[in-house]
Amino acid sequence: MIEESIVKRVLAEAASTGADFAEVFAEDRRSSSALLDDGRIEELSSGRDRGAGIRVVVGESTGFAHTSDLSESGLLAAAATAAAAARASGSGQRSVDLSDGTHGVSNIRIAPYEVDKARKVELLVTANEVARSTGNSITQVSARYADSRRRILVANTDGLFSSDDQVRTMFSVSAVASGDTGMQTGRESVGRTIGFELFDEYDVSELAERAAQRALTKLAARPAPSGEVPVVIGPGGGGVMFHEACGHGLEADLVAKGASVFAGRLGDKVASELVTLVDDGTMAGEWGQFTIDDEGRPAQRNVLIQDGVLVDYMWDGLRARAEGRPSSGNGRRQSYRHLPMVRMTNTYLLGGTSTPEEILENTPDGVYIAHLGGGQVNTATGDFVFGMTEAYLIEGGRITEPLREGNLIGNGPAVLAAIDAVGNDFAMGSPGTCGKDGQGVPVGDGVPTLRVLSGLTIGGTAA
Amino acid sequence: MTPQDLLALAERVLADAAVGESMEVVTSWSRETEVRAYDGEVEHLISSDSAGLGVRILVDGRQGTAWTGGLDEESMRACVADARDNVRFASVDPNAGLAEPDGCEAAKLDLFDSRLADESTESKIALAIELERRVLDGDPRIVGIESADYADSTSAAAIVSTNGIRVCSSETTSYLGAYVLAGDESETTSGFGFSVGRCGHDLSVDVAARDAVERAVAQLGATKVPSRRIPVVFDPYVTSQFIALVAEMLAGDAVIRGRSPFADRVGESVGSSLVTLFDDATNPLAPTASEVDGEGLACRRVPLIESGLLTGFMQNSYSARCAGVTSTGSAQRSSLQSPPSVGPFAVTLAPGGADADSIIASVGEGVLVRELAGLHSGVNTVSGDLSVGIEGLMIRGGELAEPVAEVTIASTIQKMLNNISIIGSDLTYFPWEATGVTVAIDDMALSGT
Repeated sequence: MIEESIVKRVLAEAASTGADFAEVFAEDRRSSSALLDDGRIEELSSGRDRGAGIRVVVGESTGFAHTSDLSESGLLAAAATAAAAARASGSGQRSVDLSDGTHGVSNIRIAPYEVDKARKVELLVTANEVARSTGNSITQVSARYADSRRRILVANTDGLFSSDDQVRTMFSVSAVASGDTGMQTGRESVGRTIGFELFDEYDVSELAERAAQRALTKLAARPAPSGEVPVVIGPGGGGVMFHEACGHGLEADLVAKGASVFAGRLGDKVASELVTLVDDGTMAGEWGQFTIDDEGRPAQRNVLIQDGVLVDYMWDGLRARAEGRPSSGNGRRQSYRHLPMVRMTNTYLLGGTSTPEEILENTPDGVYIAHLGGGQVNTATGDFVFGMTEAYLIEGGRITEPLREGNLIGNGPAVLAAIDAVGNDFAMGSPGTCGKDGQGVPVGDGVPTLRVLSGLTIGGTAA
Repeated sequence: MTPQDLLALAERVLADAAVGESMEVVTSWSRETEVRAYDGEVEHLISSDSAGLGVRILVDGRQGTAWTGGLDEESMRACVADARDNVRFASVDPNAGLAEPDGCEAAKLDLFDSRLADESTESKIALAIELERRVLDGDPRIVGIESADYADSTSAAAIVSTNGIRVCSSETTSYLGAYVLAGDESETTSGFGFSVGRCGHDLSVDVAARDAVERAVAQLGATKVPSRRIPVVFDPYVTSQFIALVAEMLAGDAVIRGRSPFADRVGESVGSSLVTLFDDATNPLAPTASEVDGEGLACRRVPLIESGLLTGFMQNSYSARCAGVTSTGSAQRSSLQSPPSVGPFAVTLAPGGADADSIIASVGEGVLVRELAGLHSGVNTVSGDLSVGIEGLMIRGGELAEPVAEVTIASTIQKMLNNISIIGSDLTYFPWEATGVTVAIDDMALSGT
């Protein structure tokens, strides 16, 4: 993307006024998408965005500038702006040596950008037909295909020179069902850090049928209960709960500012002993996977909570530098226009020993959540919410009636302590986009079936 | 870049339109500064210039789009070629098309404040550092700060089309905002405050610091309360988030695709008789005011609900054609990466006569909601189901009482509109597409212990 000799000169310019650290992050991202709605292929869209962000750190201050001009003069101008923004005054290193670091290559089998657009359109048409034929009450369907290829290059004054090639492909279907009680919706999505072979692994017809079925099921749904009840979460998407309940609270930048209930708790028991939580950027093909993070650090598998004990936080380069420790490979950014910060990758709970059947049988009354929506957390208080998009009552240890949508609310530490059963049926969930401080990055999550005995309040309307 | 530069550039791209092609070209540019203060120093200072091009091409009812984040010749040529190629794969849609000029004159709003250009980086840094200091000194119970930010932007855009659309505009915005932490050994709470304007002269460090401190401190000692049905009072900040959801349900694209529960209800009562709701991009006091919409048509005041009766929907040119009406100038273009959708610029619930204190006194027993959580995970604008986490203060004997947290409130958006019982006079503007007033809403389900 940029010649090594130019990168060296740009880094030297960025560091010339006395930087402690300077970095060039270059990105070339191409994306394409196709959207079907109301029975028609509405449009195909293609995009390209390329440029570089230059970061200069002086003491505790960071200066940052970016440019879409990847020529040497464009990069040098951005480097000077970043150095001025860092307000360095003095003289710094005049030359930078780079040593070859990690160069990720994407192991995709079928490059999505080489696939005929007509094949992408075909997938959408199939999804539409299958969803509509799932039931007469399906009144609307939309489906979306998207792929992206993101090539990045990272170099810094520590001598790092690394690159990566990240290809992601995703597909989603949304259905509306209409009945006497109004309209309900169902959605399914798959996304992986792989190429068009995604569709060898997943059948869009099955996705479409599941989305439609979810909407149809909810037509008969009753209002969810109101108040604290035992909650059983099904395998897969329940990882959203951990993402919100403690994932964000374990990000070292928030911890350092005291904006996390988990600050100062390393080595403490912060969860039930059934909880071993891992954040893992190396999980092959998963939505939050990469070879290097957006600071050039190789992805890692990091155990955050081991048997209920808090082992470590997640780190980016800046926080790690301040604490004199290595980054954990969690420095990520939305694009070259953004500063990196501590972000999750693929966050998941390790499987346990119970069978899902046992867990349900031992739950006389409660709520079973088969599919979760997104969530949100206030890391300072630890209070978090997550949505249930497919849920059922549990009566007499059995799943019975479907429930309408709503949020659940709880407090991270209390909910983690109240997990009293973890199943042996681990699965990864749907692809997600995690938002923090205005930046979105792709993340994955996964859980086996698990039970939260207390501490989760269901925000329904039934007495 | 100036609006005129962008216009010239867009017209150059448009000149490539082939015979039989309808083409729309959007160019945009922005220059932004962001300063985050921490510990009396600059934590980061971001200086950014961005530009982009979006192209939409239609041939015989088929539409293709493409965008690029660079304005160099090669990127722009590739962008047009991509859009043209994408056309081949879309379905024929007789309603597809670009906006037609409708003769409606755009309001002159003066959204560009030339003083911003004269404000020095040092003065911007000083504002952020001053905000942090004022927050930390604001109350002994303040224990930290998550962020104290200054941000500004100078932006310009142009839209041209083969239908004869030819508009450009520019604006400035500046912003101060703080997230602060209050607490002691046993708990931490957070609060948020901001100030927004067109340049640094408009900003109030006082207001941003005071609100953030007050909100964080007020939540100290918050507990769960027992589940019950309860009247709620939304503060202007919460109301703005609520009416933004209502606006989503009144967007023409949701209506034509059968995704709005209000689709067949024009002329019917959809809310309490107190409810008058409209979108008004032409109100220059709104930070999100705009002279033209995302297709280059003049923005205008769009009535939505009048004394409880549904009067109509927001439309862009496509949804309007599908519905057999005309565009209301409500095309939204959140980024160049997507074609225009339909949405509000500054949706507003017409203020009533009551001040917030008298509303709280009238409600007597209830809860004042000051923060929402899970708006995206717990609200379905197709069914209308709403269930959200809240923070706020209990109302007892007509006065504010103890803080409450880790509870939810739930109902449907349709019922909530019907149950609006008092609307306040305290119209407040926010840096997003909805304004707010204090409102009281009867009978929501609160879930707690």
